[in-house]
Amino acid sequence: MMDALGAILLIPAISAALLALLPGYKLTAKLNVLAALATFLTSLSLFVIEPTSGQYLLLDDLNKVFIVLTTFVSFTTSVFSASYIHHEIETGRLTPAFLRFYHAMYQMLMFAMNLALIANNIGLMWVAVEVATLTTVLMVGIYRTHEALEAAWKYFILGSVGIALALFGTILVYMAARPVVGEGMDGMVWTVLVKHAAQFDPALLNVAFVFLLLGYGTKVGLAPLHAWLPDAHAEGPTPISAVLSGLLLNVALYALLRFKMMLAVNSAAITPAPLMVTMGLISVVFAALMLYRRRDIKRMFAYSSIEHMGIIVFAFGMGGPLANFAGLLHMTMHSLTKSAIFFAVGHIAQVKGTQKIAEIGGLTATSPALGWGLMLGVIAIVGLPPLGIFMSEFLVVSSTFARAPWLTVILVLGIIIALGGLFLRIGPVMFGEPRGKTAPAEASYVPMFTHLGLVLMAGIYLPPMLVTGFQNVAKLLG
Amino acid sequence: MSSLQFDIAHLLAGSLVLASFMMLYQDRLYALLNVYALHAGVLALSVAWQAYVQQAPHLYVTALIALVFKAIIIPVALHRIIRRLGIHREIENVIGVGLTMMAGIGLVALSMVVMLRVTPDADALAREDLAFALSVVLLGLLIMVTRRNAVSQVVGFMSLENGLVLAATGAKGMPLVVEISVAFSVLIAFIVIGIFLFRIRERFDSVDVQALDRFRGERR
Repeated sequence: MMDALGAILLIPAISAALLALLPGYKLTAKLNVLAALATFLTSLSLFVIEPTSGQYLLLDDLNKVFIVLTTFVSFTTSVFSASYIHHEIETGRLTPAFLRFYHAMYQMLMFAMNLALIANNIGLMWVAVEVATLTTVLMVGIYRTHEALEAAWKYFILGSVGIALALFGTILVYMAARPVVGEGMDGMVWTVLVKHAAQFDPALLNVAFVFLLLGYGTKVGLAPLHAWLPDAHAEGPTPISAVLSGLLLNVALYALLRFKMMLAVNSAAITPAPLMVTMGLISVVFAALMLYRRRDIKRMFAYSSIEHMGIIVFAFGMGGPLANFAGLLHMTMHSLTKSAIFFAVGHIAQVKGTQKIAEIGGLTATSPALGWGLMLGVIAIVGLPPLGIFMSEFLVVSSTFARAPWLTVILVLGIIIALGGLFLRIGPVMFGEPRGKTAPAEASYVPMFTHLGLVLMAGIYLPPMLVTGFQNVAKLLG
Repeated sequence: MSSLQFDIAHLLAGSLVLASFMMLYQDRLYALLNVYALHAGVLALSVAWQAYVQQAPHLYVTALIALVFKAIIIPVALHRIIRRLGIHREIENVIGVGLTMMAGIGLVALSMVVMLRVTPDADALAREDLAFALSVVLLGLLIMVTRRNAVSQVVGFMSLENGLVLAATGAKGMPLVVEISVAFSVLIAFIVIGIFLFRIRERFDSVDVQALDRFRGERR
């Protein structure tokens, strides 16, 4: 069976093997871009010819959105990565041998994320998330400095614990399914599970969901379980920070949503809403407060990612067609904006030779394109009009205000606190006295401005096709 | 299933919990590794017994992996790493042995209450297995929390994985995919750890996580 679904797994897998073997970083960087582009184009073909879902692979409206977003951001990030690593080689922070490994791991990560998104088997999905975690652990530690190793170690330990809890939850789901769908493979096939979930033992499903929420929630970076996230973002190569924030958090969220859909079918089981809403709100407020004392620019945007994942989980937790729609839109906008910000931050850190906020200043004067690009990204991420995040945040707030006014007030408060924190920190970086080195930037602006352009466009005009697509998914999510 | 078969399965799963308790209070790395080897050995026996009781021959593979890989290869390799790194000092427990044991007992009680209550309809063996498995998982977490040394945290994590394997085999007819993946992930995890330990060895004089903690947080 060699259809598009197989292809979006095979292309990254083969490229990973190829990139591990080929020498010469200029060639492999190009190949990396090419492979990512091929995967993206293949994912677009899913709209034209719809492959049939089997026992292992699945395609529906929900994961189509995730797949296209993932492959698109992977592609643009690979373009950014090519110019980023060029600089890293020149300054000697990375050696060619490490780059070979880096590119292979990049494609491996693409493979794992795509597999997690299209797996129809909850066991397979778990394996894919685990592989994605391990590859990113290796990439976070690639600089081999004290800080990078500590970040990778922390990420590895916390990620493994999370993934272990998720596996326990997966086993419990199988236990709940066994009396109904029988022993063997069927007990793990998602489409079968969701069809029969109404007859599952609700108590067992409840416990399973708690484990799954804790497990995959660790990977989403929800507040009490987020400790790995800022370190991993700050110490790894910036393309990986972009992929982590923009994509991997979404993949873990996708796994959670699948199980939420399963629970929704069973009327006797708990509704996951209060759990998700609480964790989402805690993440928003906590991360917003943490923004004020950040000294490292990448770490600051990592906290902003926690905040936005909190908003998204809050929206999905509230549920209903409108809030789900808002959550999906916010997720898409956040992926695009945050990766654009990391593209800018990556080049800025290279130009200035530091990530410390105190040592970067007056960017709009010294490197206008990067400075204004980042400024635009920050304006977008704090949720100011007319950019896309304003619209999605507005939708989240307005769709939930009638149902839970007090919760929404907390959410809005969190968003405003975050706005203050980000502007307070980013002001001197943008408009202050020029500080740090002012070498001309050899940056690739195309990925950054493409993302920001899309976000701006979404804020002004959403194509009706996208709207109906998202509405279908929102209905599916219940 | 005869009551003898049930009793033996029960005994083996219970022994695994006991082995987890033994790991809690080991204060030397070598001793901890030896108990871990015992832990994995008991797991292998337990899985093999499940394979026999459930007449599921593929589970013998899982048992074999547990025996060869977890009970022999990993402990031997970690022994060598410890010797090479020259860390044979005592493990520092963050809190005292007494408190740790009390916490462990509390966790086992918790998992019994939770798992037995939510699975009244499942067959007795699967229920007990799940309850024990959750105990092992929680005790593994406790080991990770109470240790400061990177190697012993890894050992705690591996004992946690053993609990997961016990749960997976207890769930009757669970597809082989998952078991292999569990074993496989342990393998990958071990490679990762190996690389990390060597990198840490290159950069630090000790693998004490406290030494890593110095670099935590914001760079100033």
